[in-house]
Amino acid sequence: MKPVEVIEGKVSVLDRADVDTDQIIPKQFLKRVERTGFGEFLFYDWIRDGEIELEPNPILVAGANFGSGSSREHAVWALADFGFDAVIAPSFSDIFYVNSTKNGLLPVIVSAEHCRGIAAAGQARIDLDDQTVDYAGGVVRFEIEEDVRHRLLAGHDEISVTLQVSDAIDAYERDHPAIGRATTSL
Amino acid sequence: MNPNPQTMFDKIWRRHELGNGLIYIDLHLVHEVTSPQAFDGLRLADRTVRRPDRTLATADHNVPTDDTPLARMITDELSRKQVEKLESNCEEFGVPLYSLGSQRRGIVHVIGPELGVTQPGMTIVCGDSHTSTHGAFGALAFGIGTSEVEHVLATQTLVQKRPKTMRINYSGKLPEEVGAKDMILATIGRLGTGGMAGHVVEYAGEAVRALSMEGRMTMCNMTIEGGGRAGMIAPDEATFAYVEGKPGAPEDFGAAVAAWRELTTDEGAGFDTEVEIDASSLSPMVTWGTNPGMVTEVASTVPEPGSLEGPVNAETAARALAYMALEPGTPITEIQLDRVFIGSCTNSRIEDLRAAAAIVEGRQVASSVRAMVVPGSEGVRRAAEEEGLHETFREAGFEWRASGCSMCLGMNPDILIEGERCASTSNRNFEGRQGKGGRTHLVSPRMAAAAAIEGHFVDIRNWERTANSRQRTTPSSGGSR
Repeated sequence: MKPVEVIEGKVSVLDRADVDTDQIIPKQFLKRVERTGFGEFLFYDWIRDGEIELEPNPILVAGANFGSGSSREHAVWALADFGFDAVIAPSFSDIFYVNSTKNGLLPVIVSAEHCRGIAAAGQARIDLDDQTVDYAGGVVRFEIEEDVRHRLLAGHDEISVTLQVSDAIDAYERDHPAIGRATTSL
Repeated sequence: MNPNPQTMFDKIWRRHELGNGLIYIDLHLVHEVTSPQAFDGLRLADRTVRRPDRTLATADHNVPTDDTPLARMITDELSRKQVEKLESNCEEFGVPLYSLGSQRRGIVHVIGPELGVTQPGMTIVCGDSHTSTHGAFGALAFGIGTSEVEHVLATQTLVQKRPKTMRINYSGKLPEEVGAKDMILATIGRLGTGGMAGHVVEYAGEAVRALSMEGRMTMCNMTIEGGGRAGMIAPDEATFAYVEGKPGAPEDFGAAVAAWRELTTDEGAGFDTEVEIDASSLSPMVTWGTNPGMVTEVASTVPEPGSLEGPVNAETAARALAYMALEPGTPITEIQLDRVFIGSCTNSRIEDLRAAAAIVEGRQVASSVRAMVVPGSEGVRRAAEEEGLHETFREAGFEWRASGCSMCLGMNPDILIEGERCASTSNRNFEGRQGKGGRTHLVSPRMAAAAAIEGHFVDIRNWERTANSRQRTTPSSGGSR
């Protein structure tokens, strides 16, 4: 994963709450077995039906509870592939938020008021190191878990990091044998 | 008095914490849609699956429900490739798989419990948001993304932030004709689709204790629709009886049960949020909008967006009503239907099918409605056929299909045509979920079955008498289709 530090540029706005991942990437595109090429299918129905227009800017500002519903990581791949580097919203669904951080798509939580301000400004600068969003209306600080921030700044592959503690996993498995039967024995 | 009372969640979390922000995963369920990129990742980094013996795969989302016998015979090219990819990945990495042709195949959240691999006290994950279903057994079970699937395959652990806890206590007894689906829909209606965000939710109280395992799975299944990380219900005699004798059940079952009894939330344990719901005041519920929080009682009307109280805002509601082609003020029971779908990981288990069959027995599906029943697994299908439920459904005019996710999400040939309106026992009424332009109303299996008979929603609390008398005076004329 490439490191994330500063994301700066124009803002695209999707002024809707509870945008679910079925809208972000409709089910017919989940049959692909690759990780790439989902950008052209982003908000497929909404864009083709003329309900919304979206420019592939570095930043997307959206309504509360963004990314609700299905766990499909394809939603994150589609947003990133389309061109977004960050999504700013008052809140995100839990799974979408985690999926974003695994792909270097920075989820930024600020108040609805700041979201409106950033949307109106049309331009913003997000600094992950400082945890700030700087826009024409002011500078706002956002919260992000320290481990996640560190991993994004460093661009670390999480699996490699975990495999460094495989001794601890071995020890856990020795101390906690499975109670049920092995799935391979059924 | 316990000086250090813990919640059920606390107990399971503590047992599985490794430090370094990692938790150990006891069971990893895998399906064809969210796994191919994860297996690719393993290959690229030259990694293996750490614990194939704690991993189990099945094909469900893409599977046609027409008894296609083998993956290579799936007509849709992309679906076929995705299932074949799952087969080759499982073969290569040694993961046990129930694909097309297996008697154990089915929806991943149906077969886990059915095989007895879902057990109390476990941590269970799957690349599917409805993994919360397994919490019905007193497990900590939640959906993950594909990057996390790869992480679990490689390490059998997951990087997890400790969630907050919520307890929803349902006091009193449920009224007749009101069930688990209505309980969870009413709860999401009250709290909103983001109302449980960041929380693991324990469902408790008299009305929850009285639910069957199938009902408990329905409730936990839809926790994600309230934004919750996971739903949980304390294991009890019903849980142990359900697991006992299943192929994956522990060999020393007595010892396992003794340990499982210790999982219950201790008296005095604290939750971050507590919610009280009077179960005796609940009604059969019907969704009217484009998310599961847009829901009302069957005896009510389609709401006026401007006068809504609660978590749904007026603008979102107005857009939802436009999509749903519904007028505010219309009685719910006057909403006419084109399709009825009984199935999905929410409501496709044997008890769900029995409940629906009891409603349709001796009656006929309305001529304006196409209705289908899709059992959740091949196991459920066999059990239902042994009881003759398939004949009951067929005689009433329902299609009786092979198992799979089917019309819950339209990744297979079972979809709505643009503009069609469907009463569905599934979990999501999102725009286009069951097919582009399709209009979904979420209901319980009994409500869906009754709607199929009448061609519109009915209040099943006072419906059956009239229907029975009508049946006596007007013998059915429709044939099975």
